Amino acid sequence: MTTAQQTVPSDRPTDPAESRRSWAGRPVVRNLGLVVALVLICVAGFVTGGERFGSVDNILTILRLASITGVLAIGMTFVITSGGIDLSVGSVLGLATVWASTLATQTMAEDFHWIVIVFAALAVGAGAGLVNGVVIAYGRVVPFIATLAMLAAARGLAEMISDRRTQVLSVPGFLDFFRADLIGVPVLIWMFALVAVAGWLVLNRTTFGRRTVAVGGNPEAARLAGIKVQRHIMYIYGLAGLTAGIAAVMMLGRTTAGSSTHGMLLELDVIAAVVVGGTLLQGGRGTIFGTVLGVLIFSTLTNLFTINNMSISAQAVARGVIIVAAVLIQQRFAASKRT
Amino acid sequence: MVDVDPQEAPLERPGPADPASRAPMLRMEGIVKHFPGAKALDGVDLDVLPAEVHCLLGQNGAGKSTLIKVLAGAHQPTAGRILIDDQEISIPHPVAALKHGIATMYQELDVVDGLTVAENVYLGHELDRGGFTQRREAARRTREILGRLGHSEISPHQEVGQLSAAGKQIVSMARALSHDARVIIMDEPSAVLDSEEVENLFRVIDELTSQGVAVVYISHRLEEIRRIGDRITVLKDGVTVGRNLPVATTTTRDLIQLMTGRTVEYAFPERPGVPADAPVVLDVDGLALAGVFADVSLQVRAGEIVGLAGLVGSGRSEILETIYGARRATSGTVSVSGRRLRPGSVPSAVDAGIGLSPEERKSQGLVLTEPVYRNITLSTFARMAKGGWLDERAEKRAAREQVEALDLRPASVDREARTLSGGNQQKSLLARWLVHGCDVLLLDEPTRGVDVGARSELYGLVRRLADAGTAILVVSSEIPEVLGLADHVLVISEGRVVHRAPAQDIDEHAVLDLVMEGTAA
Repeated sequence: MTTAQQTVPSDRPTDPAESRRSWAGRPVVRNLGLVVALVLICVAGFVTGGERFGSVDNILTILRLASITGVLAIGMTFVITSGGIDLSVGSVLGLATVWASTLATQTMAEDFHWIVIVFAALAVGAGAGLVNGVVIAYGRVVPFIATLAMLAAARGLAEMISDRRTQVLSVPGFLDFFRADLIGVPVLIWMFALVAVAGWLVLNRTTFGRRTVAVGGNPEAARLAGIKVQRHIMYIYGLAGLTAGIAAVMMLGRTTAGSSTHGMLLELDVIAAVVVGGTLLQGGRGTIFGTVLGVLIFSTLTNLFTINNMSISAQAVARGVIIVAAVLIQQRFAASKRT
Repeated sequence: MVDVDPQEAPLERPGPADPASRAPMLRMEGIVKHFPGAKALDGVDLDVLPAEVHCLLGQNGAGKSTLIKVLAGAHQPTAGRILIDDQEISIPHPVAALKHGIATMYQELDVVDGLTVAENVYLGHELDRGGFTQRREAARRTREILGRLGHSEISPHQEVGQLSAAGKQIVSMARALSHDARVIIMDEPSAVLDSEEVENLFRVIDELTSQGVAVVYISHRLEEIRRIGDRITVLKDGVTVGRNLPVATTTTRDLIQLMTGRTVEYAFPERPGVPADAPVVLDVDGLALAGVFADVSLQVRAGEIVGLAGLVGSGRSEILETIYGARRATSGTVSVSGRRLRPGSVPSAVDAGIGLSPEERKSQGLVLTEPVYRNITLSTFARMAKGGWLDERAEKRAAREQVEALDLRPASVDREARTLSGGNQQKSLLARWLVHGCDVLLLDEPTRGVDVGARSELYGLVRRLADAGTAILVVSSEIPEVLGLADHVLVISEGRVVHRAPAQDIDEHAVLDLVMEGTAA
């Protein structure tokens, strides 16, 4: 019964001078700070490490290090933009590697194709994410608690299935594919790039992305505008789970084994990267570009520290300081842009 | 409400005739406030005498809120002087304002839901001894202040989150009183109060002024200003355009002219009359929501405006929200053009062509951090999209059309929605449903916090929509508004329809009588 667009006749023309204010310029400016930070870190790397830092090999190492966290961070960007949080992605990643590797070691049938491993991991990830989503959206459990429960449960389930053993994967087709290079760049990095581009398109160019921002910005307004808020929240956690599944495939490729310890505490790095990237923790604003920069900043820093023989503990302290500093700077920046 | 103390009645209101006899207590001179890209204030003067009620008038966006924030220490003026007792002062932060005896009651409720009433009243200036809060003393003083406000039924130990909006307003008022203020600024204090509570507020204001406290009173309701005001300062576009006008001798026409810069009749549009054969579009039958309202049946025909009149808390807003599916009805049905809606489903209502402009624009209507055009297309972006891909160009085009048609200002669709004034936010909500195309529009408090000039404009807009065939159901706490705008009026009291009549056949007194009877029964 929906009629066409209505209009009301007007008696006054608009003032074109008033529409000069640019809104679109802001995200670019905000990300500029992150680009500068990344450049500064690279400069520090060249100064202290020289060729050891700047070599093509090392740069690929940095990107490979970034790729798994990066894929998870894309999913997390959606979750945080919608006003939620997902603490379970690391555990779900672990569960998915175990599930897929168990399948691979137990299924000895001749016609077994390695792609089954991929689909198994994706299904486990998305499934666990949807469980999160149902509990949060329809059970009305706060995301922090619901995904904390999944964090514990998924890790436990992974230990039960694997009996806490590392399950080495010896499926040639799978390993050949995911450990290969494509035009000199490892497949894992290509996957990260692909997921990032897809994530950007979905967040900025699709109705799914628009709903995500609206639900995070004002869930009540979104509901009263006719958006199916609960269903959308369920999908968002499903999406985060799916990225955990993708990350699990990448982890299997990188380590050639499934293990219940995969992805331990990874959710913290992921959340840190997203927040440093400029996505608002209270929801309503998210940036994929910022997230990618956030991930790169952390992996480049880790590499820089390692090259300079900094201990793991010292690295952790430095990371903590950097998270706070980055968020402080961004808040200042945002505040000065506002008032 | 005959509660004027006989001793207080002959209180000689320091009349507007003798301003020269007293020196201003608070004076603002040439206040300028720039925000990046905008001049909010551009030379504002304000003189406040001791013991007067000084009314601040101006359209939305005239700079009233900014001026108050400057006084409260929340904003720093770019230029200008603030003097108290002829001493120049600076107010770098809110505590400084309180130190100078300036207390502020903001329009947006600034209470902490999780704390008790007493804790809220003494928030920021807790009574303590050696770091331990003196809960009993705070409770005692709070009880005393609440008594003065005529609200002894609110316990100091009650959690504020459990109070109604009006109750929270009382707490906010009590907080202002808990400071030994010399000037109290009240930003639209009556907006969420019903008429009885407004009477209480006026009594408190009388009491304050008799103690020498000055009140800066901001309201859109001219009748209130007529009742309690002494002098009026009018702001327009960040400039003082009328200064120290005596309330008693300034005509409404003059005031409106100052505020708008043009002569506006505060009038309602003509009712063209709904043809007898106009089809019933919205049909609500025996709708009930347990504990809130029961047995509400109403019909709205194409081109008709039906108004729901009643006091705050009578269930008016809940009726609208239930029709819209935002609340699940306990029983009863809603049909649009003969098609039954799925109960408790907003998407079902929206698909059927119902639009709701909710009571709380900011918390229920808009995504404030998103640009205007995305707020306008919040119900339609999915329809405009092609296979899930957004068509932002179409969205902006549709939004721009509405911005022009509704004369929404500023006329930019890229600004964040939070930068708009109340009236323009209201317009963007209307625009949302105009883009969508609605057969039924539900308007909840369409003019709350909207200034006089923009009001007549909104009334005209609503009538034109009805003329175009939309069925409109409107709720307002201002009875004259319902009577003036609607073709047909339903009086609601305690969740029941107690009377229905054509708008011409009923007046404000009759409505009030009905409402009171319903309450007494």
